[in-house]
Amino acid sequence: MASYLKFPKVSNWAWKVWMRDWNVFMKTYRVNFILPFLEPILYLLALGFGLGGFVGPIDGIPYAVFLAPGLISISIMNSAFFECTYGSYVRMYYQKTFDAIIATPLNLDEVIAGEIFWGATRSFINASFMLIVVIAFGLVSLPMALIIIPFSFIAGLLFSALAMCFTSISPNINALNYPIFLLITPMFLFSGTFFPISALPQPIQYASFATLPLVHVVEISRALTLGRWSDLLPLNLIWIIIVSFLLFVISINLMKRRLIA
Amino acid sequence: MPIVVSAENLTKRYGDLVAVDGINFSVEQGECFGFLGPNGAGKTTTIKMIQCVSPKTSGKLEVLGMDVDLYPKEIKRNLGVVPQENNLDPDFTVYENLMVYSRYFSIPKNEAKERIEKLLRFMQLEEKRDAIIERLSGGMKRRLILARALLNEPKILILDEPTVGLDPQARHLIWDRIRSLKKEGVTTILTTHYMEEASQLCDRLVIMDYGKILVEGRPEDLVREQIGTSILETKANPEVLSCLQKMKQEFEIVGDTIHIFTDSPSI
Repeated sequence: MASYLKFPKVSNWAWKVWMRDWNVFMKTYRVNFILPFLEPILYLLALGFGLGGFVGPIDGIPYAVFLAPGLISISIMNSAFFECTYGSYVRMYYQKTFDAIIATPLNLDEVIAGEIFWGATRSFINASFMLIVVIAFGLVSLPMALIIIPFSFIAGLLFSALAMCFTSISPNINALNYPIFLLITPMFLFSGTFFPISALPQPIQYASFATLPLVHVVEISRALTLGRWSDLLPLNLIWIIIVSFLLFVISINLMKRRLIA
Repeated sequence: MPIVVSAENLTKRYGDLVAVDGINFSVEQGECFGFLGPNGAGKTTTIKMIQCVSPKTSGKLEVLGMDVDLYPKEIKRNLGVVPQENNLDPDFTVYENLMVYSRYFSIPKNEAKERIEKLLRFMQLEEKRDAIIERLSGGMKRRLILARALLNEPKILILDEPTVGLDPQARHLIWDRIRSLKKEGVTTILTTHYMEEASQLCDRLVIMDYGKILVEGRPEDLVREQIGTSILETKANPEVLSCLQKMKQEFEIVGDTIHIFTDSPSI
């Protein structure tokens, strides 16, 4: 167990890996930027305004306003998680990109760190674009909601490091379906995204808080978009930072075991 | 000549499997040193340890006078690697592949541009600079990988099966480029299954199997001492076999033919 917590040897050379992914991303920037605009509009129209017409206000908040931070949180989760599962798996296994890079002065620790930072950057990009949309719909309170922009990177790290752990132990690319169905889908539904967690039975509430990372991200995002401070927020943030850091270290050690035993 | 790679009792184990079993060798500056042997002999594992990619289990291994465990970054800065499997970046064009790779060595952009132009010319890839990798032929991909391995002006060039799967023409072009690099004084370490490739390129080579070095020497000497200059091929039938055994002649049965190793094939 202790071997999975060995501190990685990461220098600022990791940014070269980040830069590679950024260059690829920018080659198809049109597609990449349309999606984060389109996705929240569709969800807001269907759920916020369509379904929301049948749903009463939650804690005195109109449903679309309640939903907006949930959608941003889901986008933070999905963009980092998919980038560092399918994206990283393809680069690692099919394209042998990692092998090519570790033949240069970079080491595997730096490659994986660069990938995780890139996954978090995808969260940052998508969340920032979604924020523009929800601001345009007048669903958030400014300027506090703008804190979501830096926050999306920190929360992105949580999901990209988590994703990298699964990537490192998946025997093949199809096996990545397991964490998506068993972890991402429940998080998508039960993290206070579409309805408040308080609607769930008490034991499930506790279980959600303890095990579903998205819960903490939704809590903070909603506080930011509503402009409502809560004393629990620092705890949510500390949870995210500690777990992200642990997953970051574990994922690098798992990857080393897989690729350079 | 100074020694650039030296291995003493170098060993690599994967669990119970001993991939490299206590080998000793040294590579001199400016020579072309070959590892010849079948698949699974331990050639690539040895190469990966020299490259500081796969950590050794035990023994001593120094590259350019530096311990591989202590100075991987400094060693890798001076290596150029042509891997067995193509790992060009399919998300980029030929030119972009070289440009992005030059960043991993922290080569300043202007310097990188100059080197890339020179290398594209040297590898006859100038017309393909904006092609995507998928569109390149097997030979072009290998040439591009060789160009990529030369970006950092390496002191040691490592070639792991550089011409596997290529047609004779593409192979000869690669061989020609490797020879001209050798003339410039680049030390080359090569692995191959092909005796022909080894004898074309190597000054000195070792033959490996089951993780051990079986013999070491100059290619022509090895051929003379180990195999003889000629191979006589004949159908395997019991009479020939018993005759060969009586004569204590060295031979090998491959399918239903016998290969007889001899210096005087005319009987």
